[in-house]
Amino acid sequence: MSDTNARIAEIVSRNDVVLFMKGTPLFPQCGFSSRAVAILDHLGVAYEGVDVLQDMEVRQGIKAYSDWPTIPQLYVKGEFVGGSDIMMEMYEAGELQQLMAESGVSPAS
Amino acid sequence: MAMPGAEIVARIKAGIPDAQVTLTDLAGDDNHWAAHVVSAEFVGKTRVAQHKLVYAAIGADMGGALHALQLTTAVPT
Repeated sequence: MSDTNARIAEIVSRNDVVLFMKGTPLFPQCGFSSRAVAILDHLGVAYEGVDVLQDMEVRQGIKAYSDWPTIPQLYVKGEFVGGSDIMMEMYEAGELQQLMAESGVSPAS
Repeated sequence: MAMPGAEIVARIKAGIPDAQVTLTDLAGDDNHWAAHVVSAEFVGKTRVAQHKLVYAAIGADMGGALHALQLTTAVPT
C-alpha cells in the first residue's frame, strides 16, 4: 500500500492536472468520469488521465490517498480538488477556471 | 446490487441529524440517484469536507453497493 501511495504521489507531482478515472479521456467508461472529462476539455487545460480500470492497486489506493470513496478524482498541483460533482459545482461558479488560472496550468495542446 | 432510496436518506439523516435530503431517481431504476443535502453542519466547511460528511454517513457502501450518487450540498438559507 505504501508503494501505491508513493506511485500516486509521484503521478500527481509530475503532472499539474491529473484525473483518475474509469476509462480514458477518449473513451470514458462511466458517466461520472465522462462528465469530468467534458469539464476539463471545456476548460481547455492539459491534463493526464489515469485509467484506474487498468490498475487495481491505484483503483483502491487512490481512495485511501485522498480519503475519498469514489472515482473520478481531480488533482491540481498535487492537491485533491474533488470528484465530478464538485468539479461541476466549481465550474458553474467559475471557481475551477480561477483555480486553473491561479495554478498556472498549461493549456491543452 | 443496489441501495434503495429510503435507505440512502435514512443513513444520511442518521449521520447528519438536521439534514434535509432531496433524493431524485435519475434513471427510474432505483440505482442511479441524485441527492441534494442541506445542513447547518456544512457551514464554514469546504465542498470536499461537506461531501465527506455525507459519504461518511452513508458508510462503506459508498462506491460499492451505492455506485451512482450525484451529490450536491448546501447550507440552510
